[in-house]
Amino acid sequence: MEKAIFIILAAVAVASALNILLQRNPLYGALSLIGTLAALSALFVTLRAHFIAAIQIVVYAGAIMVLFIFVIMLLNIPKDQPQVDKQKGLRYLAIPFAGLLIAEAFYVIRSVRPISMPPVLDADRAVGTTWSIGTGLFTSYLLPFEVTSVLILMAVVGAMVLAKREND
Amino acid sequence: MVPLSWYLGLSALLFTIGAVGVFIKRNAISIFLCIELMLNAANLTLVAFSGFFGDLGGQLFVFIVMTVAAAEAAVGLAIIISIFRNRESLNVDDVDALKL
Amino acid sequence: MLATIILAPLVGAAILGMFGRRMGERAIALVACSAVGVSAITSFVAFFTRLLPDADRRVHEYLFTWINVGSFRSDFAFLLDPLSGIYILFITFVAFWIHVFATGYMHGDKGYWRFFAYLNLFMFSMLTLILADNFLLMFVGWEGVGLCSYLLIGYYYDRDYAGDAAKKAFIVNRIGDFGFAIGLMLLFLKCGTIFYFSNEPQGVRGAFDWAMAQATEPLAASMIFAGGLTTVALLLFVGATGKSAQIPLYVWLPDAMAGPTPVSALIHAATMVTAGIYLVSRASSIFVHAPTAMLIVASIGAATAIFAATIGLAQWDIKKVLAYSTVSQLGYMFLACGVGAFSAGIFHVFTHAFFKALLFLGAGSVIVGMHHEQDMRKMGGLKKYMPLTFLTMAVGWLAISGVPLLSGFFSKDEILYRSFTSGVLPEPLPKILWAIGAVTAFITAIYMTRLMALTFFGKERFAEGGHAGAASHGHGRDESHQSVTPPGVGPDEHEHHSGPPRESPKSMVLPLMVLAFGAAFAGYLGVPEGLSGGAIPNYIEHFLEPSIAHPAAAAHGADASHATAGEPAHAAGADHTTEWVLTALSSVIALLGIGLGYVWFQRKPLWEPPRLLEEKYYVDEVYDAALVRPIKIGSAKVLWKVIDVRIIDGAVNAAGYTASLLGSAMRYMQSGFARSYVAMVVFGALLLIGYFVIR
Repeated sequence: MEKAIFIILAAVAVASALNILLQRNPLYGALSLIGTLAALSALFVTLRAHFIAAIQIVVYAGAIMVLFIFVIMLLNIPKDQPQVDKQKGLRYLAIPFAGLLIAEAFYVIRSVRPISMPPVLDADRAVGTTWSIGTGLFTSYLLPFEVTSVLILMAVVGAMVLAKREND
Repeated sequence: MVPLSWYLGLSALLFTIGAVGVFIKRNAISIFLCIELMLNAANLTLVAFSGFFGDLGGQLFVFIVMTVAAAEAAVGLAIIISIFRNRESLNVDDVDALKL
Repeated sequence: MLATIILAPLVGAAILGMFGRRMGERAIALVACSAVGVSAITSFVAFFTRLLPDADRRVHEYLFTWINVGSFRSDFAFLLDPLSGIYILFITFVAFWIHVFATGYMHGDKGYWRFFAYLNLFMFSMLTLILADNFLLMFVGWEGVGLCSYLLIGYYYDRDYAGDAAKKAFIVNRIGDFGFAIGLMLLFLKCGTIFYFSNEPQGVRGAFDWAMAQATEPLAASMIFAGGLTTVALLLFVGATGKSAQIPLYVWLPDAMAGPTPVSALIHAATMVTAGIYLVSRASSIFVHAPTAMLIVASIGAATAIFAATIGLAQWDIKKVLAYSTVSQLGYMFLACGVGAFSAGIFHVFTHAFFKALLFLGAGSVIVGMHHEQDMRKMGGLKKYMPLTFLTMAVGWLAISGVPLLSGFFSKDEILYRSFTSGVLPEPLPKILWAIGAVTAFITAIYMTRLMALTFFGKERFAEGGHAGAASHGHGRDESHQSVTPPGVGPDEHEHHSGPPRESPKSMVLPLMVLAFGAAFAGYLGVPEGLSGGAIPNYIEHFLEPSIAHPAAAAHGADASHATAGEPAHAAGADHTTEWVLTALSSVIALLGIGLGYVWFQRKPLWEPPRLLEEKYYVDEVYDAALVRPIKIGSAKVLWKVIDVRIIDGAVNAAGYTASLLGSAMRYMQSGFARSYVAMVVFGALLLIGYFVIR
């Protein structure tokens, strides 16, 4: 049963990911990426990472992807733009590289020991619940957490500076 | 029970698809989408290990990766907008000033 | 508290170095003098409230651990014990008054702030040297004073002779420092610590406690290279000869007079040059176990004393005379250390600081009064024009000559007596050393009298030939610029170039009077017991006992508790008759020298000394021919033409050529297309992963 759910979700994720490659229009690519993100979110639930699964939908699919779609709509690329491809060779390099990467990954994964997930003792405070994430973030991981706020501030300022029109 | 190696395999597959996308796509936004895909593949690995070892660290790292992704999207899209304003194109092959 | 002593001058130096350019002369003088003043007051307070009540007479102050690698450890920590206590007292005291003097002396100089910044920096280094509680920190101060000495000798950097003198001082000192550094490493190798004394709270072992537990090495030439305590002691002594200007490394000190006169007084007479004596006395527990080293120290000291004194007899530049006098007096101090009378050496350092600083400042006052004329042939009869300078300098003159009841008399007499009765060296060496010392005392009296006679007594010679600097006395001798420094110091030299000599301003005369007081009475702290019949205790010697290892303790085998080693040397000198006879003899010698000098130089002030003496035994020329030239030729012909041009430049050029070749090949990788860069990144990642997978 669990394996069946995994296979279905994995199939959705891989299919949407491949669709990004096949689509010419980045808008469709962005929409199918949302599909992958949703499938991954469901997979996170099977891994008992409930909080991460939720913010995967809220932040990733909800906020970041909307920003992408905004930009795509905003730019409104003309359809008849000439397609320049100055590096045709890269297309043929992609297949062997991908093959090699997959081969190396599976060579490593082959030696992963078969372990099972630990039993849940205290469902309210298990790893992956909001309680555990909050406790972790505000105790032992407080410094990285605060540093990310600085990072976001820098990103906001940087984005404003970059996107501003120079002549006004 | 789904074994750990399946999650890792799926993650590798998604990562490879993302990497190939960065390779062959010419639209800057599409390349960006593929980078997000790669980040998510890595997230899957982190969450998988976190769940199987009962260690919170992996999930907190995913949290930070998401923050970085958001920041990166903001800056990256701003760069794309300003490139589009200057060049009237989103094709990365039109932008070849990245050299001496 | 000890940190305040050291850091106050550093703060002063920092303020002056950063903001001095925009400060007025009064503000600069205030900052510089108050920095040293704080240091001096703190030194006195620390001495009387911390050191004297302390039972062990050792006050440690730990700031932080500086280096801690393996078994090697060096702390930034200070040690106040009787030896460093005496040093900080007279250093800060004399330095304060020299600073005050310099505020007047340097008036109108365009580098006023720079001068005082360097001077404060020097005080910081010197006090670090003295108060350090381990050899490495001492070495920091040691190098620091060397640097400041270099900066201040070359203060008039726009003049060639000053720059050359600064470089000479720096290079010659480097030779000595090299010996010091090697000695330090050897000491660490032998005993595994570079701290002076064990300090339980900090968990450090002391090198001197270790040294006191060693057996005394035999007196034999073979011990010099045996790598034992004798070798350590001699290497440390090499450092001391450089800093304290002993044969064969004394040559830099006379040239160092190119610096401003307060610098000569502070660095090259009173404080820095006595660092060598400090080092030897500090390491006395090592030296007393190495009689061979003691013999060498005593011989070098005695040889330097008489050698420099004879040269001093024949100099025309007023500061050069004092410079050679300093070298000679430093020789005395080493003679004292070499015969095992370390406390007598320190006592002489103490009194010498007062009267030599006084003499230098007096000379500075004369130089200013004479509109920057240093040639004594153009002086004479000045006592009429500069009465206060004359009177104070006269005290210094009588003190250094050893006239009874002045400070120099007590300390010099103590050294002579101790060398006569020394039990460290085999007979008849003590008698020979005593004879050399006595002759030197005689010569000292003569040349100091000559200086005074030429400067203050007799006919006025400065009117002749004007102040243009042309030697119109018809000596028929070309003046080498080395012996007579060209006139003219400071930017406003021209406005000084007129009028008769005049007394110096108050800020210069006041320090003279204070130091004259010290020069007259400082000696009463160490009246030899034999002279007073025990009525006046010899404060200095009793006080120094905890710091100084006594030879008798070492001679009786490994006695670790040198602090309690009985009554020093008085076993040998129990009969006070010898001491009385010797004292009477040296008094007679001193008075005889003064009398002879006075009569002779009153009659013939411009008497020409032997050429050999005036040319300083041609030592500079010999060094030039034997060392400098071969090194120059070797570096030009071999190091430059072959090694540098062919090998080093060749290698550098080859590296550059290879890089440009590689670059022109790799150029094609940089297309400017982002995607091709991505391809390279992925390829590199694949290679890396592949490496870890296959491994």
